[in-house]
Amino acid sequence: MNPDYLHGFLGGCLIGGGSLLALIVTGKIPGISGVFGRLLKPKQNETSWRLVFLLGLIAGAGLLFQLSEQASIFRVPDGRNWLVYAIAGIVVGFGTRLGGGCTSGHGVCGMGMGARDSMVATVVFMAAGMFTVTIFRLLTS
Amino acid sequence: MKNGILTFLAGAFFGAGLALSGMTDPLKVTAFLDIFGFWDPTLAFVMGGALLVFGGGYFFLRGTLKLPGNPGEKISSNLILGAVLFGVGWGLGGFCPGPAIANLGALRTEALIFVPAMALGMVVVQRIYRIDG
Repeated sequence: MNPDYLHGFLGGCLIGGGSLLALIVTGKIPGISGVFGRLLKPKQNETSWRLVFLLGLIAGAGLLFQLSEQASIFRVPDGRNWLVYAIAGIVVGFGTRLGGGCTSGHGVCGMGMGARDSMVATVVFMAAGMFTVTIFRLLTS
Repeated sequence: MKNGILTFLAGAFFGAGLALSGMTDPLKVTAFLDIFGFWDPTLAFVMGGALLVFGGGYFFLRGTLKLPGNPGEKISSNLILGAVLFGVGWGLGGFCPGPAIANLGALRTEALIFVPAMALGMVVVQRIYRIDG
């Protein structure tokens, strides 16, 4: 089997394990867009665990980047300049908070807890992503 | 304090998993979405592993640990519109929120642009739609 698939599966297990641990410890669903978005709202009493969780995320990824050359591979797809990233960021921020979740909140946590709306959201954002990548490639090549 | 350490560890597992799986590489993500091009199915293995551990763990532990119940809500137009917009942005940059934040530590230019822009988008939508929880 392609070693990328094995790394993907094992990395996925870590993502699932981290999400489960955060759910157990905090009692909240640790979708990244929700964790980050709620940090941005002033007058929140429970910001600390969200900040700690995200700092852990940055640290864990940073550790892997240091340990493994393969994990630190970072390639920007064709035709994406800084403006594309600025637009993508705004749209992702707007969309994830409006739709109530991202790949982790809907795709892992919601679906893992059996939420039907999360299954619908995951199918929709994957289809929209596939459509966008295809159109982007056709327009820029 | 103990909860703080466990929460940090949970985040660290998550971040390490993103990096190990290659999901912090935007090209790896757009390659999964590029089903009519050079398709790379790695992301499906990542989702599979994550769902297996999270879903399995939740199923077995929710009773004993009194974990929150099914968070599902009615399928609304906001859910669909939000998911469409998220998918478009995801396909544009190859970043969803987790991998973008994970790349902050490595000071990648794309992450340093994307994350503040994402914060802006969130602040705006949270104001307009009065999203609280």
